[in-house]
Amino acid sequence: MFSGDQISGLFEQLGITHVVTVPDSTVGQWQTAIEQRGNTRVVRVCREGEAWQVAAGLMLGGARPIVLIQCTGLFESGDALRNAVHDWKLPIFSMIGYRSYLNQDTLPGDTCLVFTEPVLDAWKIDYKLITSPSQFPTLAEHYETCRAANRAGAILIAEGKA
Amino acid sequence: MNAKDALAVVHAARDAQDVVITTMTPARDWMTMPQSSLDMVLVPSAMSHATSMGLGVALAQPDRRVIVCNGDGSMLMNLGSLVSIVSADASNVIVIVFDNGTYEVTGSQPVPGAGATDFAMIARGAGFQTVLDFDSLDAWRDGIADALNKNGPTFAVLHVEPVVGLPGPRSPGPAGDRARRFMAALQR
Repeated sequence: MFSGDQISGLFEQLGITHVVTVPDSTVGQWQTAIEQRGNTRVVRVCREGEAWQVAAGLMLGGARPIVLIQCTGLFESGDALRNAVHDWKLPIFSMIGYRSYLNQDTLPGDTCLVFTEPVLDAWKIDYKLITSPSQFPTLAEHYETCRAANRAGAILIAEGKA
Repeated sequence: MNAKDALAVVHAARDAQDVVITTMTPARDWMTMPQSSLDMVLVPSAMSHATSMGLGVALAQPDRRVIVCNGDGSMLMNLGSLVSIVSADASNVIVIVFDNGTYEVTGSQPVPGAGATDFAMIARGAGFQTVLDFDSLDAWRDGIADALNKNGPTFAVLHVEPVVGLPGPRSPGPAGDRARRFMAALQR
């Protein structure tokens, strides 16, 4: 969908200081470019629940983090998200890989298609779904909109494989 | 070792610029002591994430020490965070685990591996630079300077007695308001 150079440039443009991440086969491909550009630090965590709370700590400390995970990790990290975003009112932004959205060749019948968007709705996360490279400008627009409104937001990146 | 006495040692030794994050039983006891604007009483919490939040604060504020006072049950739920702290080279993080073998705030049910889990060995395996283990209050009083000043990240486990029958910690106020005050204090 997007190259590492596009994403690392976007993060630089948005002033993102830290990307807290557990990779998948799509969003994980961006790590090298992000690190090579050098403006945004990659923070690797062991499970996605950690990512939300590390991002919360970064935000409390004055940094501008983003959480970068797959939708399966979103499912894992519900309580951490709930606490950071809704208890502590921290408007954490995330980019979430949407497994199997473009095709189900790897995982026919993948239930990520059933649960991802309802889970984001349940957690009251304002998200935009990106299904085409032509929607690249939406990433920055949605980030800036959520930032201006001081609310958590997410970009769902359609993926085609696990 | 009495857990509240052990926590009082931390309270007395912390520098005015240190961040102290407490959760679960340590949070309950910490709130009985004089408070600082750099205290983060992590109540309400997503159980187990004090170490993760501490890592985030430490990366954003590399010139401050970030002391995380954690329970053993919480630590067990997020052992991976120890690896994340080391991986991030967060040398300003100090994790203190109060090991009483129980989920005290839920009525003192035993944690998995109570009395058998070697947290110090786990921390060493995760790659912590300094790992300390204390069985008595006197030893902890003598050793806290090492915990705060040796090369980090640092991990200390305190073997404390469980306390039965006390309620868990109550939130000291709306978390969103406390977050804003904490953020402001960190920017001073």
